[in-house]
Amino acid sequence: MTAPLLTVESLSIEFVTRGGKVTAVDTIDFSVRKGETLGIVGESGSGKSVTSYALMRILDRAGRIGGGSIRFAGVDITGATERTMRELRGREISMIFQNPRAALNPIRSVGLQLEDVLIEHGLATRANGRDRAIAMLTAVRIQNPEQRYSAFPFELSGGMCQRIVIALALACRPQLLIADEPTTGLDVTTQKTVMDLIVELTAERNMATILITHDLGLASRYCDRIVVMEKGRIVEANTVEGLFANPSHPYTRKLLDATPRLDSSVASLLPADMRTAASTIDSPSTPSLARGTLLLAVQNLRKVFAEGSSTEHVAVKSLSFDLYAGESLGLVGESGCGKSTTSSMIMRLLDPSSGSIIFNGEELAATPALKFARHPMRSQLQMVFQDPTESLNPRWVVRRAIADPLLRLGEFSSKQARNARVEALADLVGLPQALLDRFPHQLSGGQKARVGIARALALDPKLIILDEPTAALDVSVQAIVLNLLVSLKQRLGISYLFISHDLNVVRLMCDRVMVMQHGEIVESGESQALLKHPKHPYTQALLDAIPVPPARSVPQARAI
Amino acid sequence: MHLHPKLKFVCLRLLQAVPVVFGILVVCFLLTRALPGDPAAYFAGAMADAESIEQMREKMGLNQPLPIQFLAYLNDLAHGDLGYSISTGQPVLTEIATRLPASLELTLLAMLLSVSIAVPLGILAATHPDSWIDHACRFIVTAGVSLPTFFTGLALSYLFYYLLGWAPAPMGRLDMMSLPPPAVTNFYVLDALIAGETETALAALGQLCLPVITLALFTLAPIARMTRAAMLQVLSGDFIRTARAAGLAPRKILYRYALRNAILPVVTTLGMVFSFALGANVLVEKVFAWPGIGSFAVEALVVSDYAAVQGFVLAMALLFITLNLVIDITYTLIDPRLGLES
Amino acid sequence: MLKEAHSAQLPGLFEPDLPEPPQRKSWLHHVGYVLTQNPVTVVAFSLFLLMVLTAVFGPYLVPYDPLATDSAVAMQPPSAAHWFGTDHLGRDVFSRVVVATRLDLGIAVSAVALALAAGIFLGAASGYFGGWTDRITGRLMDTIMAFPLFVLAMGIVAAAGNTIENIIYATAIVNLPFYTRMIRAEVNIRRDAGFVQAARLSGNGDWRILMCQIVPNTMPPVMVQLSLNMGWAILNAAGLSFIGLGVRPPTPEWGIMVAEGANFIVSGEWWLALFPGLALMLAVFTFNLMGDGLRDLADPRRRT
Repeated sequence: MTAPLLTVESLSIEFVTRGGKVTAVDTIDFSVRKGETLGIVGESGSGKSVTSYALMRILDRAGRIGGGSIRFAGVDITGATERTMRELRGREISMIFQNPRAALNPIRSVGLQLEDVLIEHGLATRANGRDRAIAMLTAVRIQNPEQRYSAFPFELSGGMCQRIVIALALACRPQLLIADEPTTGLDVTTQKTVMDLIVELTAERNMATILITHDLGLASRYCDRIVVMEKGRIVEANTVEGLFANPSHPYTRKLLDATPRLDSSVASLLPADMRTAASTIDSPSTPSLARGTLLLAVQNLRKVFAEGSSTEHVAVKSLSFDLYAGESLGLVGESGCGKSTTSSMIMRLLDPSSGSIIFNGEELAATPALKFARHPMRSQLQMVFQDPTESLNPRWVVRRAIADPLLRLGEFSSKQARNARVEALADLVGLPQALLDRFPHQLSGGQKARVGIARALALDPKLIILDEPTAALDVSVQAIVLNLLVSLKQRLGISYLFISHDLNVVRLMCDRVMVMQHGEIVESGESQALLKHPKHPYTQALLDAIPVPPARSVPQARAI
Repeated sequence: MHLHPKLKFVCLRLLQAVPVVFGILVVCFLLTRALPGDPAAYFAGAMADAESIEQMREKMGLNQPLPIQFLAYLNDLAHGDLGYSISTGQPVLTEIATRLPASLELTLLAMLLSVSIAVPLGILAATHPDSWIDHACRFIVTAGVSLPTFFTGLALSYLFYYLLGWAPAPMGRLDMMSLPPPAVTNFYVLDALIAGETETALAALGQLCLPVITLALFTLAPIARMTRAAMLQVLSGDFIRTARAAGLAPRKILYRYALRNAILPVVTTLGMVFSFALGANVLVEKVFAWPGIGSFAVEALVVSDYAAVQGFVLAMALLFITLNLVIDITYTLIDPRLGLES
Repeated sequence: MLKEAHSAQLPGLFEPDLPEPPQRKSWLHHVGYVLTQNPVTVVAFSLFLLMVLTAVFGPYLVPYDPLATDSAVAMQPPSAAHWFGTDHLGRDVFSRVVVATRLDLGIAVSAVALALAAGIFLGAASGYFGGWTDRITGRLMDTIMAFPLFVLAMGIVAAAGNTIENIIYATAIVNLPFYTRMIRAEVNIRRDAGFVQAARLSGNGDWRILMCQIVPNTMPPVMVQLSLNMGWAILNAAGLSFIGLGVRPPTPEWGIMVAEGANFIVSGEWWLALFPGLALMLAVFTFNLMGDGLRDLADPRRRT
C-alpha cells in the first residue's frame, strides 16, 4: 500500500472569542490516499468546514491550529510559512465551496479569474492565458467557452458558476481537492451533474478528494470512506458499506436513522429510544380510501408577474387540485417552479391573476389579499414558513410572537386566558415554557421551528401550509420536527399542504403528491405509487438525482 | 435601438436628471417668491413710494398667477438673466462666472487631497480590524468630521500664520505682491504653470494650502469610513476565500480583487461628500477671504442682496448635480453589472 | 439552505438545543451591559449627559450675566476671574459658552426630531406601499438632495427670514432625505420577510404591521444616522449663524461667538473664538461617538 497523500494527526483548532477560547475541532485523525474519496459528514457546528479551512491554512483571524499535525505528501505543513502555503494552495491542494455565485469575484470576468490562477502558478503567461483558460472551461463542459470567457458571474446560473469554481480549483492540476458542501443550495438535478463532473475529473487525474457534507446520502453515493464528526470530534470512521451495515457510535446511528431512505417511515427517522407511542404510526403508505369532505378546491389558478410589460413572467400557468379534510398533500418542485407563488396565493398573501380558490365552500380569490386580514376565514388558513429565524420578529419574545394571532383574531376575555392558551400551545409543540420569555436569537433552529408551528396552530386552523418547514434544519432536528407535525395532525385533525423540494421527505409526510415544473403540475398521484413508478420524465429525473443511502442491512429491530 | 447597453444606461441616467433639474428650478423659483416682505417693495428700493412699488410689481410680473411667473422665470434663466447684484451692480451671472473657478479650484483640490488620504487610511483600518491602527484611524476621522470647518480654518490660520508664520496671510487667492497669471483655465496654479511663472504658481499654492487642508479634514471621515466598511465587507466575502484557496498573492487579492469591489460603494458616497464639501466651502471661503461664489453669497446676505443669493443657490445646485452625474456615469463604466442586468 | 454559512466559521453553536442562556434581562440591565461592553460608549454617554445638564441648569449656575457688557474688563485673557477670558465688550466668555448650550442643543434636537418623525412616516409609507407614494416621495427627496445641503439651508433661511424657527425648519428639511431614504430601504427589504407574512396571517392590517413590526426593526441603523445627524445639525446651525443667518448677536450662540472671535484672531486674541469652537467640537464629537452605543441599545439581539 502506498503512503497516504494527506495525514491528519490529533489536529485541534481553537477560536479566540470574547467569551474565551473555544475548541472547535478536538484531536481528530484521518488520512486520504491518491484516487480515494473521503467523506466528512456532520451537522452544523460539527467543525467539518473549519477542518477544511485548517487544511488550507485559511482560517479566520480568530482561529488557529491548537495542536497536532497535518502532513501533505510526507511534509508537515502545520507550521509552514504563508509563502509555502501560497505555493501549495491551488497548485497542490485546492478547494471548492458552497454558494458558487458568491465564491467568484463579481466584477471580474470568469475567464480572467481563471487566468489569474494559471499565471500565479506559472502555468500560463499573459500571451497564452486566454487559450489555457478556455481549455479549462471546455474541460468542465461549459458550452461556448469562448463567449463564456468574458461572462461575469451574475450572468451565469448557479450550476454554471459551480463549474467555473471547479475549473479554478482544478486548473493547476492539484493532487488533493477539498469540496466543502459543493452542492448545498443547488437543485437536486444540478447537484447530480455537478457531483458527476467532480467525480469524473478527479478520477481522470487520479486525485484524492475530501467531500464535506451534511448529507449522508450524498456521501454514501460518492465516497469510498466516511468519517462522521460531532461537536468537533470524529466519532466514527469506516468504509461506506461498513458504516451503513454496522454503525457503532450512537450519533452515527442517530444520523443514519434521520436520513430518509426508501424504507423509512416518519417514526423511524427518530432514534429508537425517542419513538413515542404517538408517533409510531404507519407512514401514510396506506391512504384511507374514505376521504373526508372537500376542504380546498383550487381551479385554474394562474399568476403572471409584470403582465403586459417586457419583463412579463408566468409564474403559475394553470393550476387545479383538490385537498380533502384530514389529508396531507405534497407539492414538490425545484427552485423557480412556482410552488412558493402557489402557496402565497392560497394563503391569500398574493392575488392570483385568474382562477378560483374555494375553501370550505367559500370563494376566497374574490377578496383582495390586502383586505383578507379581516376575512372570517383568515384564522382557518395558516402557514409555517421556510426559514424559522426570518419568520420571527427579532424584537419580540416568544410569548408575544405566539400570542400575536390570538391578540388579533382570538377571543380571549383576559390576559390570563390568553397566556394560558400560549402556554398550552407551547406544551402542544413541545417547547419548554421557560423559553417563552426568550428572544428568537436565543433559541436553536429546532426551537424556533416549534415556535413557528405553535403560532400557526394558535387559531385552530383547518389547513396549514408547510413551506419547506425543515429546509433550514439539520437532519436530526428535521426528524424531530417531522414527527411533531405528524402527531399534531393526528391529534388535531388538520390538513397539510406540504411544499418541498425533497421528494423523500414528501413521501414520508403525504398521502398524495403533485410534482410541479415550470408553473404547472406534471404528475400527481398517491405518493407511494408515484415514487415507485414515476411516469413523467421530470419525476424520473428528480428521483434519479436524489442520492439515497443504501438500506440498512441490519434489521431495525436490532436497535430496539 | 441598437445602442450598447452601457451607453443606453448612461442616456437613461441623463434622462433621470431632467426631473431633478426641474425640481431645482421650482425650488429656486419658490425661494425668489418667498422673500421676507414684499419683493416688489424690496426691488423698488428704499425710497420708493406706493406707485413705483406698483410699477415694479407690474414690471416683475408679480400680479400674474404663479405658473405664469414661473414660465417668465424660466425664460429669464434661458437668457442667462439671474438679475443684478445690488452690492456690486454687476449681473449675477457674470459675478458667479468669474468667481466660480476660485471655488472649484479649492473644492476639487480638497477632494483630491481627502480621497488620497482617506482611501489608504480606510484600507489600512480594514486590513487590521480592531487593532490600534483601526482605532486610531477611527479616532482621527471622527475628530475630523467633528471640527466645524470655520473653526478649523481659524485655528490653522492662528497657528500657521500668526504663531509660526509659515503660511501667508489668509486673504484670498494671491498675496499683494503677485499678479494673477494670464487666464486660461482660471485655476491660478495651472495658469501660472502654463505661463511658466513658477513663483506665482508657488504663491498661489501657498494660499491654497490652509483652506484646502481645512476642507479636506472635514471630508475625510465619510470617505475613510465607507472605504473601511466596504473593504471589510468585501474581504469577508466568499470570493476572497476562493482567491486565497487558489493561492493568489496577497497583494493581488487585496488590490485586484478586494479594492476594485470595495471602491464602487466608495464612488457612490463621493456624491454625498461633494454635498458636504460644497456647503463647507462657503464657510471656508469666508474664513480665508477666498474670492469664490461662497464668499460672494455671504457678502450678499449681509446686505440683503437676494438676487445674488438665489443665483448662488441655483448655481451650486446645478454644479452639484453635474458632479453627481459625472460620478454616476463613472460608476456605470466601472461596474460591469450595471446596465447589463436585465 | 446554507447550513453552514462560512461567515459563521466561528463555532460555539455545537448544541442544536442551546445551552441555558441567562434569563431575559430588564432594559436597565441591557443599558448597563451595552455601556460596559464599550468604553467609548461610556465616554460618549457621559459627555452627552453633561451636555444635557449644562443645557438645563447652565443658565442658573454661570458666574456672570452673559449679556452684561463691561468695557473696563474688555479683551482679558483667561484668568481665575474669567476662566475663558472676556470679549471685546467685556462679556464673560465662559458664561456665554455655557448659556449657549441650551440654544444650540435645542435647535439640533428639535430639527432632528422633526426630520425623524416626518422621515419615518414618509419612508415607511413609500417603502411599504411602493407605487405612486414611493415615486412622489422619491422625487421630492431627490430634489432636496440635489442641493448641497448647507447651501439649501442658506437659501431657505435667507428667503423665509432670519429666525431661530426657520433655522430649525431648514435644518429639518435638509436632514429629511437621510431618514426617508434609509427607512424606505430598511422597510422595503422587510416588506415580505417571514415575520411580516406571519403577521398578515395573524390578521394584522397594513398600518399595524408597518408600525408595530417593521418600523421598530429598522431602528438600529437609524440610531447611528440619528447621532451623526445630531452632530451635523449642530454644525449646520452654527455654520448658518457664523455667516450671519439665524441667531443674531448679542444672543450667546457658539457659531456667532466664533464669528465674532474670528476678527481678533489675527491680532492674537485667540480665546474669543477658541472656547466656543471647542464647545461646538466637543458636542459634535459626542454625538458622533454615540452612534454605535445607541444602535446597540435599540437592538434586542445585543441583549444576551
